[in-house]
Amino acid sequence: MPTETAEKKTIVLGTIGCDAHIVGATILAHALREAGFNVIHLGAIVSQEEFVNAAKETAADAICVSSVYGMGLLDCEGFKEKLVEAGLGHVKLYIGGLLTATELTWEETERRFKKLGFDRVYPPGTMPDRPIADLKKDLAAKTGRSSK
Amino acid sequence: MDDIVLLVDFGSTYTKVIAVDLDKEEVLSRAQSPSTVQDNMLIGLQNALKKLTMRERQIDDATIKRSRKLACSSAAGGLRLIAIGLVPELTLEAARRAALGAGAKLVGSYAHELNDDDIHKIEQVPCDIVLLSGGTDGGNKDVIRHNARVLATSGLNVPFVVAGNRVVNGEVKRLLESNGKYVEVTENVLPELDKLNVEPARSCIREIFMRRIVHAKGLDKAQEYIGEIIMPTPMATLKAAQLLADGSGSEPGLGELMVVEVGGATTNIHSVAKGYSGACAVVKGLPEPYAKRTVEGDLGIRYNAATIVNIVGEQRVSCNIPGKLDCASLDLVGFTSYLSKNVGFVPANEQDFLIDLGLARCAVEVAVERHAGIVKEMWTPHEVVNVQYGKDLTQLRTLVGTGGIFAYNPRSEKVLEAALFDASKPFSLKPKSPDLYIDRRYILYGMGLLSALDPVIALRLAKKYLVKMQPSHCLNQGTGSQPT
Repeated sequence: MPTETAEKKTIVLGTIGCDAHIVGATILAHALREAGFNVIHLGAIVSQEEFVNAAKETAADAICVSSVYGMGLLDCEGFKEKLVEAGLGHVKLYIGGLLTATELTWEETERRFKKLGFDRVYPPGTMPDRPIADLKKDLAAKTGRSSK
Repeated sequence: MDDIVLLVDFGSTYTKVIAVDLDKEEVLSRAQSPSTVQDNMLIGLQNALKKLTMRERQIDDATIKRSRKLACSSAAGGLRLIAIGLVPELTLEAARRAALGAGAKLVGSYAHELNDDDIHKIEQVPCDIVLLSGGTDGGNKDVIRHNARVLATSGLNVPFVVAGNRVVNGEVKRLLESNGKYVEVTENVLPELDKLNVEPARSCIREIFMRRIVHAKGLDKAQEYIGEIIMPTPMATLKAAQLLADGSGSEPGLGELMVVEVGGATTNIHSVAKGYSGACAVVKGLPEPYAKRTVEGDLGIRYNAATIVNIVGEQRVSCNIPGKLDCASLDLVGFTSYLSKNVGFVPANEQDFLIDLGLARCAVEVAVERHAGIVKEMWTPHEVVNVQYGKDLTQLRTLVGTGGIFAYNPRSEKVLEAALFDASKPFSLKPKSPDLYIDRRYILYGMGLLSALDPVIALRLAKKYLVKMQPSHCLNQGTGSQPT
């Protein structure tokens, strides 16, 4: 019999780089827990390595990155590659917040983050129910990997 | 009739005994004799016991026989442990902290999947116990499973403590046991990423030490005479530190504190403190254990005297030698390499004492720097944010020194001062202005032992015999750490 913790999908969450703005990530953490996820909230100022290590140790199913200070593109460069290198290429990668401080259109912003390896990219003002619905869909669709 | 308790430490070099009168709450005497590891530990113990005195007379055999006895041991290499985890900074670090807190000596640390080379190395290193962790509860299962499988088929024949992802506890135990290994399963050292849980693993390691390892080290005969050897020696010092900080029953402690222990082979730092940030910082990294012990295996004033010079440089050792010694004419490299080969060296003149002080100061400076947390400034587009890693010990009110140098060197408060906050390294969170205490009678570890019998008296004795240094002594005349 799998235990309750083993059945729950595990989400690692935090604000990346030097971003100390924690409110958005914390609200999302509450909402995810209420929706039945096992949430590992790493808090503010989380480096790429900390996300990778946390995901590895907890066998995370997805990583939700928050970035509110406009440096998201810079902070996320090479992140997906590190996950792949750590054997975590299968982990779903989401990001949301105020993603760029430049005048990029939303379409261009989304395109750039997808190019960096993110599966889902959310614009400012996104409510938690949207990523929650996406997580449920994406993680249900994930097949095959026995390891947890 | 006097109620005397004998506190014994079977060390690898010396067997030490402290005689305590519980009724009068006093330390009667302290004696030591070379350990007889090769033959029978009992001989060394009896030699030491003969040297015990009470009111200037030898304590007679009948009294010794009647006295209650408590013992700890670090003989035959101490409690040598290999820690295995998944991510170096997470479960491996948690396992290492559990091991050090149990008084173990880490002889190997391995992260991720063990390969053939790792197993080969593990088989070669003399080791008493393996602590196997990996994965938070409900987290990664593959790695600990893999490691159990390869360890099971290895030639290693020591007890295993399994303290990993509880989801695979049963499987890991079966894997190891199917190949005849002895296994104890306990709670995960890191059940959740933000929850360090080292106590269950610590007590499990201690249990195995008492029930199995003591026998394997030829201490049986001594144990028949003395009763159970209840803990590894380093754990006794950590217990004393905790007792001294927290108090016991109605007897108040001294509050959060740090104990600095300088030895011939290692320098050990114990902090009993939450280490919360005083600087309004974002705190990162693995949660810190309240009672934390770190062991610096490269810093010791005999075996590792030459290593200290290698690490900090000749110049800095010279600068840390207090007083007016003519350092230019000193051959520090030659002398320390002599010390490393003659570990029983006892300082005979002023110069020897001063060099010991210089070496110990450097060892303490580096060891406390490694133990204490750091704060880093991070520049964000909006503001500077302080990020803290590890414990903030700047506000500690009490700093204690223990170990041979504090007992024998008349100016050993100089060594303690090296543990203080250094204005030239403001990001290292060392204690800023604590009261300084010295364990002049070298009894602190004994009080950790005695706490198993009577914590209140143990605490009163520790407080009674620690010597408080006057503030005038706190002025740092060397270079380096300057209290602010």
